[in-house]
Amino acid sequence: MSGGFRTTGGVAHAPSRFVRGLILGVVGLVFVVPFVAMVEFTLRRGLVGGYDLHRWTELFQGGLTGEYKPVLVALGNSVGLALGTVAIILLLLVPTMLLVHIRFRRLRRALEIICILPISIPAIVLVVGLAPVFSVVARLVGSGVWTLAFAYGITVLPFAYRAIQANLDGVDVRTLSEAARTLGAGWGSVLLRVLVPNLRRGILAGAFIAVAVVLGEFTIASLLNRVNLQTALVVVSKNDPYTAVILSLIALLVAFALLMAIGRLGAPRRSRTRRAVTASPPQTATPTLTPTGDRP
Amino acid sequence: MSQTTTQRAATRTGAVVEFSGVAKRYGTHLALTEFDLTLRAGELVALLGPSGSGKTTALRVLAGLESCDDGGIRIDGDDVSALPTSRRDMGMVFQSYSLFPHLSAGENVEFGLRMRRVPAPERRERAAAALALVGLDAHYDRFAHQLSGGQQQRVALARALVTQPRVLLLDEPLSALDAKVRVQLRDQIRRIQTDLGITTLFVTHDQDEALAVADRVAVMRDGRIEQVGTPEELYTRPATPFIADFVGLSNRLPGVVRHGFAEVHGVVLPLLDPSHPDGAVQVFVRQEDLTLAPAGPGEAGPADQSGRSLAGTVLISSFLGSLRRTSVRLAQGGTVVVQHDVRDRLQVGDSVMVRFSGAPVPVQAAS
Repeated sequence: MSGGFRTTGGVAHAPSRFVRGLILGVVGLVFVVPFVAMVEFTLRRGLVGGYDLHRWTELFQGGLTGEYKPVLVALGNSVGLALGTVAIILLLLVPTMLLVHIRFRRLRRALEIICILPISIPAIVLVVGLAPVFSVVARLVGSGVWTLAFAYGITVLPFAYRAIQANLDGVDVRTLSEAARTLGAGWGSVLLRVLVPNLRRGILAGAFIAVAVVLGEFTIASLLNRVNLQTALVVVSKNDPYTAVILSLIALLVAFALLMAIGRLGAPRRSRTRRAVTASPPQTATPTLTPTGDRP
Repeated sequence: MSQTTTQRAATRTGAVVEFSGVAKRYGTHLALTEFDLTLRAGELVALLGPSGSGKTTALRVLAGLESCDDGGIRIDGDDVSALPTSRRDMGMVFQSYSLFPHLSAGENVEFGLRMRRVPAPERRERAAAALALVGLDAHYDRFAHQLSGGQQQRVALARALVTQPRVLLLDEPLSALDAKVRVQLRDQIRRIQTDLGITTLFVTHDQDEALAVADRVAVMRDGRIEQVGTPEELYTRPATPFIADFVGLSNRLPGVVRHGFAEVHGVVLPLLDPSHPDGAVQVFVRQEDLTLAPAGPGEAGPADQSGRSLAGTVLISSFLGSLRRTSVRLAQGGTVVVQHDVRDRLQVGDSVMVRFSGAPVPVQAAS
């Protein structure tokens, strides 16, 4: 057994601090190298050699409001689409999964197959099928870029389904909902006050993946002639690769901020130590449940 | 505590519950059929039966968690069959741990009050009182994962009681607990139920539990009630051989009924139902209705002079703490199990006389 793993009687436990640091370092490096390379690329002075910030300063001294304004619009589109896709997950997928889990358990397998199916269909094939559907959608609700959220809702299904299902399997949803109903909760309260808080981790993971997939999506938007962040960046990169990379970095920062905001919104409650001190039940509480035997 | 609250507690408890002709089907399987049962005000009725007998279905139908296909349920005369669960005003404790994991024990108990829009200060006060009732007032801020199984079920009991429901439903609440905690909580449930005077339906497959806590026990089989009675009635006067076999520990012995008496290997025993027709039967004899004595020199034959004893040989004897249980192979064939004083030590192979107490016995026609 490697010295990096603490063992008891030949059974391996958690890796040592050094091994953990090493693993984290290697994985971190894989993530950091592309970012560093991108930053390094944007700082190059071209044929002259050396580094400076002139491309960044030029861009922010009017560039973003001028010829690169479409990229900002596209970033807005993508963020809007990400939020729309998350809304589809929250309002359509989560209730459907809960309904199937609690009331129609025989449909679980069918739902799983339907949700996993999109991952086996290449984006190009998906678009071929979606094109006629979108012509109908365009006639009904217009051809606004937001309509792409319907397509993205389908592409993120496999990821979101898996994340939520893993959480769902670990919670006795049926008993919890029955307990809440016997306590006087209607279905709305059961969903919002009992089930969603206990499925927070799975729903958050699903939302994370949805945001990540949507912000990086190119094929469907390009083939359906809609503008999102990735299609706009491709257009820019054809004229000015340096600016395209700067904008990509900005887009990544926005994506990180969005993911962190979602994570913060859904973070579980912290320790109750403070609450225990400040809001402990009154010590002189008058018992409301009075045993009949104690009555005068 | 205000006088009003006390009066409300008094008026809200002790509802009369009537099941009349309730039926429930799952596909072709009849889970409940012609189910009639009345729970008197403030009474604790245990539904006892083997797995699949329909006892949990009956409780779930009363809670509104399952609809009934036929018949109806009345609480204090009001038909509640069509009411959704959330409006039936019942408290329920489940077999599996059902505390909401994201809420503390106190918040769990407050949940039902929150649903009834009770103001926060009163909510906290009543939740604390309910937790005090089950002896867990110091655990208000603990989460489910910080509580033992027994504590979780006690919080669940407080949560079910805090809204002062008309009926308390207990769906095998002790089955996940270890033996010692089970007995403690069983006694605590009975004490609280008696003190509050709340009508309670207690589902269990454990006959000791049912006999120990219930005012009356309804024994179920194949979706029907086989017999309803006090624990003593069920034990001493079982209406059917199934109940004789299911409630208590009985020996089954081949015998014959003649002129209102049962005869087992020459030993004549009075019948619980003297009108039973003559013929071959299975005779049920409780383990505690048999006693053991060493075989004397003049008792070498299969039956002694009194006509109430049979000779046999000890097969195995088990020490069970407060008593000893011994299996004896009878000289005429067949084996009986006898419960006896722990101080009577018997060795495997010992010759003994098995004496019948002469208590009336139930019988079942031999198939």
